[in-house]
Amino acid sequence: MINSLLETISLWIIPAIILLILFIGLLKKLPIYELFIDGAKDGAKIGINIFPYLLAIITAITMLRESGAIEALGTTCQNFLNLIHLPADVLPIIITRSLSGSAVLGILSDIAANHDINSYTTRLASIMAGSSETTLYVITVYFGAIGIKKYRYALITGLLADLAGIVAAITVTYWFFG
Amino acid sequence: MNYIWFLIIAISIIFGAINNKLSNVVTGILNGAQEAIHISLYLIGIMAFWLGIMKIAEKSGCIDFIAKLVQPFTKKLFPEIKNDKTATGSIAMNFAANAFGLSNAATPMGIKAIEEMQKHNIDKDSASNSMCMLLAMNTAGFQLIPATVIAILAAHGDKNPTIIVLPTLLVTIIAFTFAIFTAKVFEKIWTTQTTQEAQNND
Repeated sequence: MINSLLETISLWIIPAIILLILFIGLLKKLPIYELFIDGAKDGAKIGINIFPYLLAIITAITMLRESGAIEALGTTCQNFLNLIHLPADVLPIIITRSLSGSAVLGILSDIAANHDINSYTTRLASIMAGSSETTLYVITVYFGAIGIKKYRYALITGLLADLAGIVAAITVTYWFFG
Repeated sequence: MNYIWFLIIAISIIFGAINNKLSNVVTGILNGAQEAIHISLYLIGIMAFWLGIMKIAEKSGCIDFIAKLVQPFTKKLFPEIKNDKTATGSIAMNFAANAFGLSNAATPMGIKAIEEMQKHNIDKDSASNSMCMLLAMNTAGFQLIPATVIAILAAHGDKNPTIIVLPTLLVTIIAFTFAIFTAKVFEKIWTTQTTQEAQNND
């Protein structure tokens, strides 16, 4: 029942917001069509600003993924991973979660297919995927949009928050399902 | 960022050579470039749409209304922009969109907020404290219900996938609080831009 309620909410939230904003605009006798066109013009400009930033980070990460360095890390750190209750299969989620949300969901789907659905590995992977955010991507896109080159402490804050999220995910999963 | 970027590329090439996968690494450049253009084009579309809607919301006073509701909270987190209603309202909508898992809508709203912040920023090349705080909030991934993950688990035969909702919420709350706290601590230590911003506010 909770599931269907969630589905209804997530289905309706965007259409409801759009309808509400347009309706209030009309109520205030605003030229909503012209305003929409006017606002949308900035979209293309932002996309072009962001492109070089995205290019730099995505090519680098794709190279890293193709090089096999992630698998190598997994096998070398096997003992350490066991010690901190982190199955090696979950490692790719940790590495990709800062860049690509869809890649994380792909890996999760893979783990769910190859492990028992109620296993610690699947639970940890789900909780990590559900709480992950694409840190590098967010920073690249936001700063790219306005041409910021010096990130100051934004990157280190984001990465530390990621680390805190990973530690929290392992601790909480172990506590609930370990 | 200079060192991180170099490190990622250097490690890829070295490991590519060790694992005999150098040709894959080179194809990776091509695929990566292609993906970057895909994402940029995709962003132009969805971003233009939401920026259009946001313009209507701005002119009709919706954003000002939301700004007034959240000002007590944002005042503390974003002292530099406390009088900017468009920025405050956009931050609130960005947060709400993230909380409901609507990342497509969250990004344009967050970009709207950071554009407003850039107007108050003296050094246009360098991130202001408010920008770092906004990104801290956005990189911590606060989300009420991980709907996509639940859907994936259900698709793989999980009879009770909502069991992960509570632990996931707990994890994101920890990460989110930690991110805000860390940003505030760094704000105190990293003094390069604070003096400039103080002058800007006077």
